[in-house]
Amino acid sequence: MRTPFKSLALAGALALTTALSPAYAARTDLNVGMVLEPPNLDPTGGAAAAIDEVVYANIFEGLTRFDSTGAVQPDLATSWDISEDGLSYTFHLATGVTFHDGTSFDAEDVKFSLDRARAEDSTNAQKALFADIASVEVVDPATVVVTLSKPNGSFLFNMAWGDAVMVAPESAADNATHPVGTGPFTFVDWAQGDHVEIAKNPDYWGTPVKLDKAVFKFIADPTAAFAAMMAGDVDTFPNFPAPETLAQLGADPRFNVIVGSTEGETIMSMNNGRAPFDNVKVREAVSHAINRQEIIDGAMFGYGTPIGTFFAPHNPAYVDLTSQSDYDPEKSKALLAEAGFADGFKTTLKLPPPSYARRGGEIIASQLRAVGIDVEITNMEWAQWLEGPFKAKDYDLTIVSHTEPMDIGIYGRDDYYFDYHDDAFKQIMADLNNTTDPAKRTELMQAAQKKLADDYVSVFLFQLAKTGVANAKIEGLWENSPTQANDLTGVYWVD
Amino acid sequence: MLAYSLNRLLSLSLSLVAASIVIFLLLEVVPGDPAAFMLGLNAAPDTVAALREQMGLDAPLIQRYLGWALGLLHGDFGISYTYKVPVSELIADRVMVSLPLAIFALGLSTLIAFPVGIIAASRRNSATDVSIMGVTQLGVAIPNFWFAMLLVLAFSITLRWFSAGGFPGWDAGLFEGLKALTLPAIALALPQASILARVMRSSLLDTLSEDYIRTARAKGLTRQQALWRHALRNALIPVLTIIGLQFSFLLAGAIIIENVFFLPGLGRLVFQGITQRDLIVVKSVVMLLVFAVISVTFIVDMAYALADPRLRRQSR
Repeated sequence: MRTPFKSLALAGALALTTALSPAYAARTDLNVGMVLEPPNLDPTGGAAAAIDEVVYANIFEGLTRFDSTGAVQPDLATSWDISEDGLSYTFHLATGVTFHDGTSFDAEDVKFSLDRARAEDSTNAQKALFADIASVEVVDPATVVVTLSKPNGSFLFNMAWGDAVMVAPESAADNATHPVGTGPFTFVDWAQGDHVEIAKNPDYWGTPVKLDKAVFKFIADPTAAFAAMMAGDVDTFPNFPAPETLAQLGADPRFNVIVGSTEGETIMSMNNGRAPFDNVKVREAVSHAINRQEIIDGAMFGYGTPIGTFFAPHNPAYVDLTSQSDYDPEKSKALLAEAGFADGFKTTLKLPPPSYARRGGEIIASQLRAVGIDVEITNMEWAQWLEGPFKAKDYDLTIVSHTEPMDIGIYGRDDYYFDYHDDAFKQIMADLNNTTDPAKRTELMQAAQKKLADDYVSVFLFQLAKTGVANAKIEGLWENSPTQANDLTGVYWVD
Repeated sequence: MLAYSLNRLLSLSLSLVAASIVIFLLLEVVPGDPAAFMLGLNAAPDTVAALREQMGLDAPLIQRYLGWALGLLHGDFGISYTYKVPVSELIADRVMVSLPLAIFALGLSTLIAFPVGIIAASRRNSATDVSIMGVTQLGVAIPNFWFAMLLVLAFSITLRWFSAGGFPGWDAGLFEGLKALTLPAIALALPQASILARVMRSSLLDTLSEDYIRTARAKGLTRQQALWRHALRNALIPVLTIIGLQFSFLLAGAIIIENVFFLPGLGRLVFQGITQRDLIVVKSVVMLLVFAVISVTFIVDMAYALADPRLRRQSR
């Protein structure tokens, strides 16, 4: 029985323990859980998201950077002037900046970094970001002029990518194992297979960070990730791999569950170059056969936002076109009959390892079966997937999440695995590149989204959610994921 | 004895050469281009080509095999495609986790299995024997990863005595290192101990029914005395064979436990190497494991020859 007296005693006991516990200062170390270990730590030499998840904004900085909302902000370039014709960008650099090895950062390093990324033998995974640069000229140590061969409305956006960070000629070759940047954290140690440690850079040119050190721990197994969180081995897991346990973690007062958005458009690609998917009626039929919400609930435990085109819903220029391909099995069957497949057809669905693909693929196969399309599923490793469906276009259907920011332009690439060739779409993309006026750019981006939805190029499924867990006493983590990064520059503990 | 050793040594070297060819060719036919894997979805084809050239993937097959095999002979394992550090360094780091873990687990399993097996055999068909057999049957049947999760639930999440996983490195001190390996070692040792205890018991029971034991008993020794003085030593031979096999397994096959406890061991290195198409790491680690297994077999063969003079004579 609960008497007032007992409650009082309990409150007293609580007050006593609180009073007796010594006043600890807020912690200044942070253990961050990550599913994948970066293969190396050079963001200019590999596509792995895990590289940026360790080094972006922490160790390396670029001319510009993304903030937590995805907007482009000044970074090493504190300001810039753009010429009337949009061809020449004059960057004014921050002064008094040094790399972690003590060498100074100036305009020569900018020239080196950009020329290296766009060189003939460059192994930059996003070389296309630099394709429009015609020349980089050093005016004085704090000023650099980048001249473009044609106007590019997204140039400042491109320079904010992790692949465009500033590196020094003295250290660039060793960045893979010993990254040297200009950022607020310095690299300390990498125990391959276990963790990467970074520490506060005492000589940082900008606002110093509040953390003294941070350790990125690599935990691939979802069950182990949950255990590590519960046992307090990691303080935050920004991309938590066990969504089925989020409800339990959310109910625990020790933790906060953080659900945000990512740049990951998850789609089922249809091979537009291969029968029967070269027929737009068939593609439309497949699109109407898919129940997006069922996939989000079944494969993603309810986390995700339906999309009707290849664009992030949180982007102001997004148009909601989901109703154009809403779930309508009867319409789907009618369209199939119109296309000459009244009895349906057989096809294959190739699935890479992520759970959105494997679990989503099972649900999609059963939804397609309901309209008469018989789907045979093949599971693949990433390397196999890259070699087969992606490189050789050897597939009928496949599911993948395209996680790069603002990557609608891939539909304009002739060699891309969609095998979609449309001059009108390419023209929109070319116009977009040549336009710097924000209103006109929005118009063009919306036209591009409509074009893809009208052509039913792919089945646009959902925007991947970012589901993270953090100790309730941590502040300043990114809620959304406008680029794949764990920016720790604003992170601190509260008492 | 010398002829026997040389004979064994020759067959060991031939096995190694054969293994190296098989491993190399197998990884050649695995689909997947390491360069394409590293550069991801947005890379242009010429960028991939440039990286392939940088990684030396364009040389002819035989040249690459010889380059790799000759490198192995003088300890040069090559440079990891993805990590960009010498493979030998990666392996050395991982061995410092896998080897102590294997020894720890084997030590635990032997410490448990010997007394348990001996007690069961010496009290055959008693209640103790029956319950030991029941428990070890359970130990064999329980998957070790599931047992590992139970350990984590009890000792990491609820009691918070141990971390849920990870390895702080030996730099953090011997105690910290051993502490991190304790739960994984227990998880690995339980099924091994169960198997070993059962083998110990049945091997002891077999020797206890031999003629020389009856002779010993006829001389006036009690069952216990006969067991300790005569049966135990002879019963050890099959037990040692099993221990040898278990050690090879623990060194190479602890991958699931390494995943549950996110330990940076050899098994996970191979697994990671395969998914990332870091084939040079896979080749070298698998080769090293083959070498370890073959060496253990060689040592066991030598031990047999020392124990059993008939083997030495046969090989002449």
